[in-house]
Amino acid sequence: MLRLRANRLTSIALLVALLLATPILVVLVQSTLGTEEVWRHLWDTVLFDYVSNSLWLVVGVGVCVLLLGVPAAWLVACCEFPFRRLLTVLLLLPMAMPAYIIAYTYTGIFDFAGPVQTLLRDLSGLGYGEYWFFEIRSRPGAIMMLALVLYPYVFLMSRAAFISQPGNILDASRSLGLSPIQGFFKVALPMARPAIVAGLSLALMETLADYGTVEYFGIATFTTGIFRTFYGFGDTAAAAQLAMLLLSFVLVLLVTEKYSRRKIIYFSAAEHTTSNNRHELRGGWGALATLACAIPSLFGFVLPAAMLLYWSLGSEELASAAFLTIAWNSFSLAGMAALISVLLALIMAYALRIHKNTVTRAAVQFVSMGYALPGTIIAIGVLVALTWVDHQLVARVETALNHAGADIDFGLLFSGTLVALLFAYTVRFLAISLGAVQSGLQAIKPSLDQSARTLGHTPVQVLKKVHLPLLKGSVLTALLIVFVDVLKELPATLMLRPFNFNTLAVRAYELASDERLVDAAPASLMIVLVGLLPVLLLNRSIAKSH
Amino acid sequence: MNKALLTTTITLFLLFSGLAQAASSEVNVYSSRKEALVKPLLDEFTAETGIKVNLVTGKDDALITRLQKEGKRSPADLLITADAGRLYRAKQANLLQVINSDAVNSNVPAHLRDAENYWVGLTMRARPIFYVKEKVQASELSTYEALTASKWAGRICIRSSSNIYNQSLIASVIAADGETAAEAFVAGLVKNFARPPAGGDTDQLKAAAAGMCDIAIANTYYFGRLATSNKAQDQQVVNKLGVFWPNQQGRGTHVNVSGIGITQAAKNVPAATQLIEFMLTQQAQTWYAEVNNEYPVVTGVAPSATLTSWGEFKADATNLTKLGELNRRAVEVMDRAGWK
Repeated sequence: MLRLRANRLTSIALLVALLLATPILVVLVQSTLGTEEVWRHLWDTVLFDYVSNSLWLVVGVGVCVLLLGVPAAWLVACCEFPFRRLLTVLLLLPMAMPAYIIAYTYTGIFDFAGPVQTLLRDLSGLGYGEYWFFEIRSRPGAIMMLALVLYPYVFLMSRAAFISQPGNILDASRSLGLSPIQGFFKVALPMARPAIVAGLSLALMETLADYGTVEYFGIATFTTGIFRTFYGFGDTAAAAQLAMLLLSFVLVLLVTEKYSRRKIIYFSAAEHTTSNNRHELRGGWGALATLACAIPSLFGFVLPAAMLLYWSLGSEELASAAFLTIAWNSFSLAGMAALISVLLALIMAYALRIHKNTVTRAAVQFVSMGYALPGTIIAIGVLVALTWVDHQLVARVETALNHAGADIDFGLLFSGTLVALLFAYTVRFLAISLGAVQSGLQAIKPSLDQSARTLGHTPVQVLKKVHLPLLKGSVLTALLIVFVDVLKELPATLMLRPFNFNTLAVRAYELASDERLVDAAPASLMIVLVGLLPVLLLNRSIAKSH
Repeated sequence: MNKALLTTTITLFLLFSGLAQAASSEVNVYSSRKEALVKPLLDEFTAETGIKVNLVTGKDDALITRLQKEGKRSPADLLITADAGRLYRAKQANLLQVINSDAVNSNVPAHLRDAENYWVGLTMRARPIFYVKEKVQASELSTYEALTASKWAGRICIRSSSNIYNQSLIASVIAADGETAAEAFVAGLVKNFARPPAGGDTDQLKAAAAGMCDIAIANTYYFGRLATSNKAQDQQVVNKLGVFWPNQQGRGTHVNVSGIGITQAAKNVPAATQLIEFMLTQQAQTWYAEVNNEYPVVTGVAPSATLTSWGEFKADATNLTKLGELNRRAVEVMDRAGWK
């Protein structure tokens, strides 16, 4: 009986995986239909740029998010210093800032014709080429922009790991004569590694899938290449081939992440034994800690948000009723997508926990890839899959009904509706909710399941009575991250939304891409503000759960 | 958990019923023109005729793909794009049908329409040369092709080759001079760039005014937007720059249109045609000129005062269909010449 139920859950999980994998499979199939001609042209001309730029971004953003995220996470988790509580919150805020929006903002500030350089020229009397100033629209610029808004993934995950590390281990390390710094490198960091790597891989997948920033900065990466192949050549197959190449990058990331997790498996004690005695940093060290935590939040949030606010003040847009509708559209859409995605993540993660076979594992791994695919590629996959359903299944029902005397034209039932949009979001963001739920599950001792099962509970009951209460923090985290990500999502939204349905991201993009940065500010600011709420809630729920 | 699932399902269905497919008495528009440049006119049309118009905006190729995949079940009646190249592509993909309207045929010059009337231009813009008046004499300028001269080394600002405006410009050069000459032209132009391409057209204009380069190539309406802006900084940019119409002795300055076509799947062709005719009325054309600083495509409608102030010019009369045909080769030429 128990076995049967477990198998049923696994079958459901496999079904979900198959459904969600459809768009990815569609792209896979498309990639085999190509002609060699376009591919040869890409190979001869721009492919090297795509590869090298993407690699640069991954390495650069990887290093930067670690440097920004990990020390800050450890400091706020394990040390006491001035403004610690405030900074803990501030450090999360850049999560609400989409990379493309921070890129618009900093370009507006630091561009050659922008206020900073103009002031510099006015004061010094120098002209173009006579002084050095960093070019914001460059590879290092893009790395900075992405790192500034993506480090919170690392921060969030590693902070949770640092907090849940049993205090007595750190106490023990200290009593054995390790300084806090030594304790950080020798004990805390190795123990937190799986969480750090999980956060890092999220940030890097986000980097590889970024379109808005690199497009705006004119950096040729895989995502812009896929778009360009699609735009310039109208060649779906070549674009899909590029997407497959991108996927192989991601595969490497995923394998690394898995490998890192497999090597270190630990379960925190069920009873939280975190010591409340954070190490007190005084004087210069305290100031240094404050600075280390202030810099990421200052540049990732405070400065760009202030600029957006300043631009928005001169605009009438914020007060208009249409703007409220757009804000509500974005909000409700993100909410629905988050619910669906977390529900499915729970099913998948739980199926994997009770039924660890290769097939389930592969299925989970496969659907996680959606996160690293650019929204457009997923949108194409969704479009192809859903229109097929509309053309084949719905058309048959229609014919049958009309045969029976009815006069019906369903048109398109699935594509071109919110179904398509939500489908795409789920494919894209399931990895995030899965990651959060899985790492939450991993922290729950299997012995708990076993005892519950011995006491006669079915897997579903174990889930309800044991796991869900313990998982509340992870589930909430997953919900909120997906919520914010959907709010920021651009390419798929742009491609799949139904008639008369606009979102904040689309609005901001349309104005910015029409070179009206200042007019784009109100919508951008709204995305940030609506995104702030879940980030703050997230912070509270984490604080409570510890 | 089942409860949650049920609630979600019900919520979803309620939402869809609210957003159900539009009835056939309405007109559905797919537009790659931004909402702000389309919606007010559509609302005006609804107010005058009582025909409801549903709009979804998006990127050109995304919308074309969507149309393609949706096939004959597509709800779309009309496709509006920001350039002629995409309309050409849509026509090639069998997504459009012939517009049967005498008003359209008689009001819009032939080179701004499809040769077989599958689409028609709605607005026109030019892509002239802007020069910094302090550093460049208008007499030093003549054609696009002449910008490859070594004296322009490090003095030209233009955006990336990913941009359709540049692709169309190069396509027009291929049409006029042939592919070999076009490739030499692009290579020479790239050599004279002041910096690796970055930003949009407005950025090129601002960079020129701020002293980064002496020449910028941009679309007229971006300059028009700065000219009509009430910000002091924008006025400064405009005051520093002059408009030069290249190739006046030859084929004329490169122009492109935003345009519209009726989809193959259209359920409501009469209303769709009516909407096209509406967008070509004097009133609509004037609105475009005033709001987005674009040139009217209808003969006899005067451009706005801002546009008139830059003087009259001879526009390249190559049929825009040609630019669509040559787009792919233009992209390849630019890739080979290393135009980022």
